[in-house]
Amino acid sequence: MTASTTTPSGDDAPLLAVDGLSVQFQTRRGTAHVLDEVGFTLARGQTLGLVGESGCGKSMTALAMMRLIPQPPGRIAAGSVRLHGRELLALPEAEMRRVRGNRLSMIFQEPMTSLNPVFTIGEQIAESVRLHLGLDRRAALAHAVDMLAAVGIPAPARRAHDYPHHFSGGMRQRAMIAMALACSPDALIADEPTTALDVTVQAQIFDLMAELRERTGTAILLITHDMGAVAEMADRVAVMYAGRIVEEGGVHDILERPLHPYTQGLVACAPGRRRTAPGETLREIPGTVPSLLRRAEACAFAERCEHARPLCRQRPPPGSQPASGRRVRCWLYPETTPADTASPA
Amino acid sequence: MSAFPDSAPSPDTAAAEAARSPGREAWRVFRRNKAALLGLALLGLVALVMLLGPTLYPVDPFGLASQPFTEPFTNAAVPLGSDYLGRDILAGIAVGGRATVTVGLAAAAITVLIGVTVGALAGYFQGWADELLTRLTELFQVLPSLLFAMVLVTLFSPSLTVVTLAIGAVSWTTTARLARAEFMRLRRLEYVNAVRAMGAGPLRLMLREVLPNALPPLIVSATLIVGTAILFEAGLSFLGLSDPNVMSWGLMIGANRAYILDCWWAVTFPGLAIFVTVLGVSLVGDGLNDAFNPRLHQR
Repeated sequence: MTASTTTPSGDDAPLLAVDGLSVQFQTRRGTAHVLDEVGFTLARGQTLGLVGESGCGKSMTALAMMRLIPQPPGRIAAGSVRLHGRELLALPEAEMRRVRGNRLSMIFQEPMTSLNPVFTIGEQIAESVRLHLGLDRRAALAHAVDMLAAVGIPAPARRAHDYPHHFSGGMRQRAMIAMALACSPDALIADEPTTALDVTVQAQIFDLMAELRERTGTAILLITHDMGAVAEMADRVAVMYAGRIVEEGGVHDILERPLHPYTQGLVACAPGRRRTAPGETLREIPGTVPSLLRRAEACAFAERCEHARPLCRQRPPPGSQPASGRRVRCWLYPETTPADTASPA
Repeated sequence: MSAFPDSAPSPDTAAAEAARSPGREAWRVFRRNKAALLGLALLGLVALVMLLGPTLYPVDPFGLASQPFTEPFTNAAVPLGSDYLGRDILAGIAVGGRATVTVGLAAAAITVLIGVTVGALAGYFQGWADELLTRLTELFQVLPSLLFAMVLVTLFSPSLTVVTLAIGAVSWTTTARLARAEFMRLRRLEYVNAVRAMGAGPLRLMLREVLPNALPPLIVSATLIVGTAILFEAGLSFLGLSDPNVMSWGLMIGANRAYILDCWWAVTFPGLAIFVTVLGVSLVGDGLNDAFNPRLHQR
């Protein structure tokens, strides 16, 4: 509740603004540039899909926003994360604790291990409510039961007394969502919320998240590598590669007319997005994500890119805006290019 | 709100499962272990002697009850015989259990308190705190514990309090290492991160999220520590380093050790009492170890 007192006037100010966020890890072999000037904005009630392959920095972005990066090896080197215009990176740790789970919540990838096995589901949801809303034990438990009902757990009053091992994976993820939303946060970071679940349950969880978003206006940062999930849930998409955001735009633009060669590869890789003839192999992007130990003196994707030119290996591409609401970081779209969204090649 | 009936388990299994908390599940496994139940029975016997012994057999254990060196089962006045001064052995057994078991429990409590605090701080915070506390633990570990305890007791007066503190001070290192390992493992787990992301601070995370999950191995080791502490006290008594004014099983053995060939019963009966207690504690500890082992839980 403390954050909302500093809400600036003006509705067009984004709810959540991440800008120039850079994270470095000290390793034995040198400094790893895990995030490099990551930036995006999120408006109230909006969903931004953050996509990219494993190791590209999606989860690290989420942890950096929550200020949960393990501090001895890791370090937020630069950047800003503003929630309602309030700079989270500058808050004292005690203040930040009041933001976590209260104004900015997070759900994790593994519902099977994200609940403490020795407490009942109800106790665990009540815990976060007591932490932030200052309710007493009984009121907090009643609120927890309400939350379980809201996320579609049948017989919530009874199930609140169950232990996590009594719940299936899908139900645990519902419980996690209930816990994350118990204090009605402004924004929810969902880090691959359905990766560990089977396909039918995935669809249910997305339906639930969409429904809760409609009802509460909570903005969602959906971290995923599933283009199907993005198509279903997101309003906007940011594509990450090697710790950088290489392309950002509306979900239709990104899926229908991807600009960056990496995004084109990602979209082409997704089965079902494009009709594949029987017997035709799915496309893949050759190669793997480069080492993050060298700070990009060139385009990080150049080694795997079929359109790579000598320039790509010499200097990192600047960001450009090929169309309104779209950003791309690629030498194929230099700053001077007129608004032209045609795909290259 | 849409309901998703297919995601809920069938009602009857849910009802059967709902009543089963981790504690009950552990008791179910424990109950199946015959040795553990025997240990529990032995401990019950010891507890009975401790609580009711002096009431049922109100004889002064320091008083001279009969001739010295009375053999057991020969004189109804001293059923278990008398020692070299003519003190009643049965009276010693009946009263001495209190001191022995109290020292064992208190020393184990101190051991666990110091050990868990040191281990938890080291394992949770890591970095320089871990470095410092681990060095401290190693410093205590390299000291021979019996010798160190003897030094402590001789430095101060040999009262039961000092003996208890001395035992606690020399035996916490194993618990500290165990707690450190558990905290290091558990602090990385997803549910701890999830609660950290809910805005919990380090104290809450340590006490509420990590500690309850670290308890099973700590409880098992604590029971075994009770046994060791009892033996430790007996050892100190045997060396004449325990409180001579409080009757304990260890004191009886210590006092009669010079006459062990002339009156075997004066050392054997208190020795048996200690044996039964430590055996009971160990069997229960083993049973708890199984009871907390999730692989032995039936789903």
